[in-house]
Amino acid sequence: MIAVRDRRDRNAFAALFDHFAPRLKGFVMRSGASDHQAEEIVQDVMLAVWRKAASFDPHRAQVSAWIYQIARNRHIDIVRKENRPMPEELREDPGTEADASQIMGLEQETRHLKSALDKLRPEQREIIEKAYLGELTHQEISTQTGLPLGTIKSRIRLGLERLRHELKDLKS
Amino acid sequence: MSAIGHHVPESMLAAYAAGSLPNAFAVVVASHVSLCGQCRVALEAHQNVGGLLLEDAKTVSVSSRLKADILSQLDAPYRPEPVYDRSGIYPGPVMETLKGRKPRWKNLGRGVRQDILSEGKKGSVRLLYIPPGQAVPDHGHNGLELTLVLQGSFSDETGRFGVGDLEVADEELDHTPVADDGDACICLAATDAPLRFHAFMPRLLQPLFRI
Ligand SMILES: [Zn+2]
Ligand SMILES: [Zn+2]
Repeated sequence: MIAVRDRRDRNAFAALFDHFAPRLKGFVMRSGASDHQAEEIVQDVMLAVWRKAASFDPHRAQVSAWIYQIARNRHIDIVRKENRPMPEELREDPGTEADASQIMGLEQETRHLKSALDKLRPEQREIIEKAYLGELTHQEISTQTGLPLGTIKSRIRLGLERLRHELKDLKS
Repeated sequence: MSAIGHHVPESMLAAYAAGSLPNAFAVVVASHVSLCGQCRVALEAHQNVGGLLLEDAKTVSVSSRLKADILSQLDAPYRPEPVYDRSGIYPGPVMETLKGRKPRWKNLGRGVRQDILSEGKKGSVRLLYIPPGQAVPDHGHNGLELTLVLQGSFSDETGRFGVGDLEVADEELDHTPVADDGDACICLAATDAPLRFHAFMPRLLQPLFRI
């Protein structure tokens, strides 16, 4: 992803496509899109990945998380014909060096989150998947996902530590 | 930033990350996240969950021409989506809903003003301007109401809400928000159902003001 962002590397982009396109298609079809519609969304998402690459920040998001977010936006756009309002982006001071420890911290946090997800019982996992595919309202999420969200929350608390360091160097 | 004490509930952030929150509420959540580092990190955690589920998704092979199609379009010209920056007290998502214009205030009486930003079957979102000391008439809620303070502060039965604070009100809550002394209170408010005013006059005026 960094090669795509910094060097506009087409081979790296092709590799991203090979990894993510079949996953995106499977993911989108789970939420009820037809084969044709799913490919349309995959195309849209991958083009957005190429065009928005400059806003990818490895300090704040895993590649898959960043692509997930774009995929949900494109899905809403195409299926609901609505625009999801997005928060302002944080802008790093120009010339901010990549902070390897912070990126590693995010990776580690994500691994913990993954093992928490892997430990869920199938029916809990099902609910979580429905929630993140956009199939549950927030009331349904609050009544149905109590336990899994609890696990997520403990991860979020760790994330807060990370942020506190980081916000010192960022202008809001 | 650290002074924010009232945040987006976890389930609402998850719904926002997944894109299942109605648009009117999404505008308010995106605006709060623009002001609040704590909720930004929480939102990123939810996006991480989404990313992990995407990584784990059952793969479905894509048609053979899709990749070539996309690669051939990489250099094609395109119109980037406009980016709306914060303007004064109004965060980017509010400016986006305003499409970059200034608020157009309409008087509701007693110095209270509003600008309806969007209105539809699934809910409405508006800016409210309440002079210091002025109350919004006592009301209950038929659905959910989100109120984000952008300037000044207000207090009601549940506490005090300053800049960046988000009040979540539902069917359970009846309240009379009163703007505190000092600056006029400017809020971004979203509802998915009309409010229930208890006094006769506001009820009479309700259709007029589309609250
Ligand atoms: Zn917050
Ligand atoms: Zn209310």
